[in-house]
Amino acid sequence: MESSRRSFLKIAGISALGLGAKPVLDVLASSGETAAPITMKGENALTAKQWGMVIDTRKLQSEEDLEPMIEVCDKIHNIPKFENKNHEIKWIWAEEFKHEFPMQEADYLDDKLKHMSFLTLCNHCEKPPCVRVCPTKATFKREDGIVLMDFHRCIGCRFCMAACPYGSRSFNFRDPRPFIEKTTPDFPTRTKGVVEKCNFCAERLAIGKIPACVEVSNGALTFGDLDDPESEVRQVLRNNYTIRRKPALGTGPSVFYIV
Amino acid sequence: MPNNKKMYDKGKVMVGLCIFVVLITFPFWYNLGKAAPAPEPKLSEKAKAAKECVMPTAYMKAEHMQILNEWRDAVVRDGKRIYENSSGKKFNMSLTNTCLDCHVEKAEFCDKCHNYASVAPYCWDCHIDPKEVK
Repeated sequence: MESSRRSFLKIAGISALGLGAKPVLDVLASSGETAAPITMKGENALTAKQWGMVIDTRKLQSEEDLEPMIEVCDKIHNIPKFENKNHEIKWIWAEEFKHEFPMQEADYLDDKLKHMSFLTLCNHCEKPPCVRVCPTKATFKREDGIVLMDFHRCIGCRFCMAACPYGSRSFNFRDPRPFIEKTTPDFPTRTKGVVEKCNFCAERLAIGKIPACVEVSNGALTFGDLDDPESEVRQVLRNNYTIRRKPALGTGPSVFYIV
Repeated sequence: MPNNKKMYDKGKVMVGLCIFVVLITFPFWYNLGKAAPAPEPKLSEKAKAAKECVMPTAYMKAEHMQILNEWRDAVVRDGKRIYENSSGKKFNMSLTNTCLDCHVEKAEFCDKCHNYASVAPYCWDCHIDPKEVK
């Protein structure tokens, strides 16, 4: 009965093919009806190749001059205030010369410079070491040059804190919520066990606003696209001598200082 | 041929078996008919007025977690914050500022089902319910 077995298998095969094809055809037929949802950037979103900042320290002589910038950042990003220095969360803060520019301090440095407070924040490096070491890709470099964190993916291993030569990252040793003076609902808080840092106000750039610290700086801070020769930062960089933090490390900081 | 079909201590074994079965099925018949009714998430006035969420209701019921994941990745990874649904309506992809803007009562909407289904999404560890802001 060779032939009947053979023809049975043939018919069975064709029937199975027919049954299997129907759902596929149904899907193909229905796919044209409704447009699939899409995601896009906002109309006013500011874009760049590499965002950068110039800090004119001539206009920021005392700690009081830095305060409004630090304050506004703390406020809009729900940054907690801890009494314990070890728990401190820093996005933007004041640092003295020898910590800001190590290897560049000298015995005969001007006293004024020696004791001045310098505004310090994440450098959003060209080659960020924190991104290289992150085991979960929670920290990544965006196409506009911002080194951003995805808090959802951070497992709190703190490799990035060890890798960052600028101390720009802080770890949440405790639940930060009880220590936030006034919570801004627009921006999420963080949770215990994640690392955080400055995000160059990515949430503001998305709606066409410049970073909050730049906005309140009265012109002491300049923000713009380092890749665009016509941008304001590039003009400031052309007209002034600027230094960067630890340039010899090769991280390519995007924050420049006029000293 | 010896009769090896004889059961020893038949009475005790049977009683023991009965007790065992009753005990093991105890949770089932004890709770019979007492199942908690499935919760009905309460829609806020604003949500009722809007009639439809970002996607059809049935889809939202089944897939809202998927949408939230897609939103998260689009916003954080790609910097894309605007969502255009099938009917061309645009939304800002934000849990606190868009979802909760309409579904004002998180306790009556999100939590009701999540508690019933015993799921504890960690959204609220960081994202803020504007009602709870001090």
